[in-house]
Amino acid sequence: MEEPRVGVFVCYCGRNIGAYVNVPEVVEYVKGLPNVVHAEHNLYTCSEEGISAIKKGIQEFNLNRVVVASCTPRTHEPLFRSACEAAGLNKYLFEFVNIRDQCSWVHMGEPEKSTEKAKDLIRMGVAKARLLEPLEEIEIAVTPSALVIGGGVVGMSAALNLAEQGFEVHLVERERELGGTLLDVHKIFTANEEASKLIGALAGRVKAHDKIEVYLSANVKDVSGFIGNFDVTLAQNGKESKIGVGTIIVATGAEVLKPTGQYGYGKFPNVITQLELEERLKNGNLDGQNIVMINCVGARVPERTYCSRICCMTSIKNASLIKELNPKARVWILHRDLMTYGVDFEDYYRRSMEHGVRFIRYNLERRPEVIGKGKAERIKVYHELRKRELELPCDILVLTTPLIPREDNQEISRLLKVSLDEFGFLLEAHLKLRPVEFAMDGIYVCGSARWPTDVSEGISQAYAAAAKAAGPLRMGYVKPEAITSLVNEDVCAGCGLCVQVCPFGAMQLVSKDGKRVSEVTVAQCKGCGTCGATCPSGAITMNHFRDEEIMAQLEALIA
Amino acid sequence: MDGLEPKDGFDPKIVGFCCNWCSYAGADLAGVSRMQYAPNIRIIRVMCSGRVDPAFILKALEVGADGVLIAGCHPGDCHYMAGNYKAARRIALLKKMLEQFGIEGERVRLEWVSASEGAKFAEVVNDFTQTVKELGPNPFGKQD
Repeated sequence: MEEPRVGVFVCYCGRNIGAYVNVPEVVEYVKGLPNVVHAEHNLYTCSEEGISAIKKGIQEFNLNRVVVASCTPRTHEPLFRSACEAAGLNKYLFEFVNIRDQCSWVHMGEPEKSTEKAKDLIRMGVAKARLLEPLEEIEIAVTPSALVIGGGVVGMSAALNLAEQGFEVHLVERERELGGTLLDVHKIFTANEEASKLIGALAGRVKAHDKIEVYLSANVKDVSGFIGNFDVTLAQNGKESKIGVGTIIVATGAEVLKPTGQYGYGKFPNVITQLELEERLKNGNLDGQNIVMINCVGARVPERTYCSRICCMTSIKNASLIKELNPKARVWILHRDLMTYGVDFEDYYRRSMEHGVRFIRYNLERRPEVIGKGKAERIKVYHELRKRELELPCDILVLTTPLIPREDNQEISRLLKVSLDEFGFLLEAHLKLRPVEFAMDGIYVCGSARWPTDVSEGISQAYAAAAKAAGPLRMGYVKPEAITSLVNEDVCAGCGLCVQVCPFGAMQLVSKDGKRVSEVTVAQCKGCGTCGATCPSGAITMNHFRDEEIMAQLEALIA
Repeated sequence: MDGLEPKDGFDPKIVGFCCNWCSYAGADLAGVSRMQYAPNIRIIRVMCSGRVDPAFILKALEVGADGVLIAGCHPGDCHYMAGNYKAARRIALLKKMLEQFGIEGERVRLEWVSASEGAKFAEVVNDFTQTVKELGPNPFGKQD
């Protein structure tokens, strides 16, 4: 093997690494490591500048191994690998060292220890990099169909988009009909169109489309496989069925928080949520002249710090609709801030004021109070701007609550091996660089399952997810990573232990020149390494995670 | 960090084997959530906890690691179906062997951490670091 010429690129990641790890000191240290012929730092190695620097470095210093020390391979390994490929280097001659998510970000109070740890980790990464060998990938055919989980406005939009591109789509919805949360909504801002018209139109097109197979009252029970070849088990009406798909889109939405215990909800019959108000508006039965709405109930508070994005507009929309139904009604919206961003929303808000909706700003420190016996009768609120306490008559109290993650996000996270964020929403691979994608290849997310979105945002995301999901389907093949196992037939004793432990049936005993040895079916091998760790003869090599490579990392543990 | 300052100058070196799909992702989530934990651990990424050959753990102890953490997917959730069961069996046996070599079995720890358990990862690292601090330096390692 040629002499390794290692290039190391240490990333500042702006302040994310740079504010805690002494990057220049690390680069100087790295330059002193054996076989490192070039080391530099980049502000953002993943930027165009950073990628050019890698390519330039490979050419200029004749690098045959590249190490990038930055965030996590789970976001940018593919990016840096293709940079290497573009410069003529086999992509498996690249090693990623995680000095952000597993270093600078978790040792923020200890910059010296963080810096020492970064040096250790890079030294270990270089030790492995020296021993890396080039690997070739094989092409595997993609099942030309997609699974969309969730039949609401977002799921249906994604399914239609894919179907119109010519792909088969399996749309799974756990309720008895398509439509999701919008089934319970009366009208949608800002055009005040009826939700049922929108949903009805979409559901009609979905059901009529010959490329979309709809499964109602159905659940996803199990998912196995990898991008291009997912095996999905569905449960419908007590019966299970299996389908094979190439890509998966998650559009399971979110649910509205029920603020039991707050402001008399659950106790007083006339205290309802915005979603419950939608039902009454649909039926046109709103008996009350004085409607008070309290916004940010259970949102932007210590227990749930996020803003749910759509609720301000929802409250203003419903307030406007109430005034439309009954111009003499008095409607107050008690709010903390008003998120009516952009042109249309701000306009809508202004018009609602012109129609007589009244806005009162309140503070978290002095929350409104509900007064009444058996029901909410009056609402006491401290008007921030007038610096006066007001008492509002109240026939109906509407609590504007945030969208919260569905409980079965935990199940989805487990089934699909996708991450959840700190609130329990599904977490995408990267906010800016890989929106609508999960870190798991071939699985995408759109709509409120990721974070609260309104209808138009949800549909845009659905189109984005469909565009992404169509990619592998159109290519027709995927090239799974070449991190597969390899049997050295000279050393193999034919004991068959690897055959027993392989979860995918990728190993089998065959006869070669009269000797019984083990053989790997590469397309089946997922590279877990169980066989490699089991083989008593040391006959199995786990490509890219070879014994030598891991041992080298361990040898480099202590300087 | 409270209570995690080197006692009598002993700052343990800990090796962590994390599987790509669950525990490595969980460790990343701890980072994304800015959860702070003891800086003694050095993580080696493997595709599956089933990849962890007992020889790696012995090597880690030989080169001077004071503790070895292996973190994989929860039983039933292994990305490769059963790799974590193999890891569980191997490590259970290895710990018994280590006791016979005169190395405390507690220096090797197996934990199940899922991709959404950032908090658990941080907790496990802090707890394990504390355990190793209390055990003292690895009796068989090369220490400088």
